[in-house]
Amino acid sequence: MFKKPMTLKQKNAWFGVLFTAPLIFGMLMLFILPLIQSFRYSLSSLDMVEGGFKVNYEGFANYTSLFTDNPDFPRTLVESLVNMVVNVPLIIIFSLFAAVLLNQKFRGRPFARAVFFLPVILASSAIANLDISSFVGGGPIGGSSDGSDGSGMLQSFELNKMMLESGLSPVIVEYITGAVDRIYEIISSSGVQILIFLAGLQSISPSLYEASKIEGATGYESFWKITFPMVTPLILTNMVYSITDTFSSNQINLLISETAFKVFDFGMSAAMSWVFFLCVSIVLAVSTGLISRKVFYYD
Amino acid sequence: MKSPAAYTELFVRRYNPVDRTSRFVWAVIRTVLILGFCFVILFPLFLRISIAFRSKVDIYDPTVLWIPRHFTLENFKLAIEASHYFTAFLHTVYISSSTTIIQMASCTFAAYAFARLKFKGSNILFVLVIFTIVVPPQTIMIPLYLTYRYFDLFGLIPLLTGSKGLNLIDTFWPFIISAGTAMGLKNGLYIYIFRQFFRGIPKEVEEAALVDGAGVMRTFFRIMLPNAVPAIVTVLLFSFVWQWNDSYYVSLFLKQVKVLSTSLMDMGVGLKEPDPVYTSMLLNTGVLLTIAPLVIMYLFVQRYFVESVERTGITG
Repeated sequence: MFKKPMTLKQKNAWFGVLFTAPLIFGMLMLFILPLIQSFRYSLSSLDMVEGGFKVNYEGFANYTSLFTDNPDFPRTLVESLVNMVVNVPLIIIFSLFAAVLLNQKFRGRPFARAVFFLPVILASSAIANLDISSFVGGGPIGGSSDGSDGSGMLQSFELNKMMLESGLSPVIVEYITGAVDRIYEIISSSGVQILIFLAGLQSISPSLYEASKIEGATGYESFWKITFPMVTPLILTNMVYSITDTFSSNQINLLISETAFKVFDFGMSAAMSWVFFLCVSIVLAVSTGLISRKVFYYD
Repeated sequence: MKSPAAYTELFVRRYNPVDRTSRFVWAVIRTVLILGFCFVILFPLFLRISIAFRSKVDIYDPTVLWIPRHFTLENFKLAIEASHYFTAFLHTVYISSSTTIIQMASCTFAAYAFARLKFKGSNILFVLVIFTIVVPPQTIMIPLYLTYRYFDLFGLIPLLTGSKGLNLIDTFWPFIISAGTAMGLKNGLYIYIFRQFFRGIPKEVEEAALVDGAGVMRTFFRIMLPNAVPAIVTVLLFSFVWQWNDSYYVSLFLKQVKVLSTSLMDMGVGLKEPDPVYTSMLLNTGVLLTIAPLVIMYLFVQRYFVESVERTGITG
């Protein structure tokens, strides 16, 4: 019997399955099953018994008690979400700005780039938890500000007054001065985003700028008419990245971990994480929906 | 021969005073901004270094600003003792380097399949990969812990040995298994980066290789990988650094075995130092000891890293 030889496409497909086999295996064992189990746990209470655990189905009891009995959860959830919604636009604007700066030609550019990517190396939750401000607050060197202690407030106080007097609305002024006060936090969490924008800026064809220059466009115009539209797809990427990046260091995740491993209330912890996941999904869906309307693809 | 636009630029630069001033002003503003941002980034690092060399007397001396008056290495000695630095360091190196290499392999294979070797359901699988990025790790924390606590490989291990599954907590296996199956720390992101990069390599190159008689494996190792060096450098650095700094997964899977980030968290308890200011000073030294290997490594690789950024097609 002759077997019909496989076509190239079929052969490639088999190799594709082979190449992704570990991934499929891991996806099942370490992602999909745990996800289903986690949902099941969130609907029940877990009892530790000898050599394992017992799952008692309880319906939505965990969810209701989260919002009625739990003193910390609603507040922490709102705080984390507000933080996310406030920080993400700032991070994106700053990283786009920094990427445009770093993309220009000037002396010492390699050094500046090396410094700007340094936060990627240094930023981590373990280190963030032990931030230097805890030391500065207690010690006599408090006069030097890293943006998170008292003197940082003092600096933006002048700015605050100036902007209020120039007639800006207080909400905007608050937002901007808040951004100035948290400049270190914002810079240190935008390393990867700068990198993504920079790679995007490199990929814009120089002939576009050349043509616009011949037509007499100013730098300002060529930024808004060429650079900005070309990087809009990356704004989407960066937004998703920035939102997921906050997972590692926000308060709600700390609370979820503590509920699981300090209080040993696995069911409650799972319910918390599902509520949080739902909220994040809503934020993601709304923001991607809004942005992807404006996204421009150059194909 | 330069392009006409280059000549226009030269002409404008030389003979147009308005343009010249505006360029100059922008250069000044740019320099100030960049120096300012660099200062903000470097300041805490320098402050940490300055504090780490101070002796106990200097912290209460307001006249000491940057250069410590009583220079000492005492802090380092205490911090190393309290955090069991050398064992923790070795563990961290083991975990970081092994997962980096393993997940590099699993992620490039998977990404190549997503970019070029389309099969039925590969798109759905890719959507799932993106989904893994979006789901907060805490959502699957408990089941993941239990998976490794009673590791049974879909019931295979109990079937073969009759035991109740293996306890993999406090071993390095959880990290190796999740790296090998491309489910480790931020692996979805790496797959995404590699997929975009492989998609950017022209199809013609591959077709030429096919005509010359190269199989899928050969095309992958001889053509795709050498072309993907910028992306590989970026991902290598990311995965090493993130695994090094990770405190979430290590504190989940390693209870007794300490790595740098977890030993740092326990250091405050181990110090038994009555003075809270001095404790935080020692903690600061501990942080410095944790990041020092990374910073030293970065000094050496940053050149390749920054160069590779220019050619990494993380773009769409």
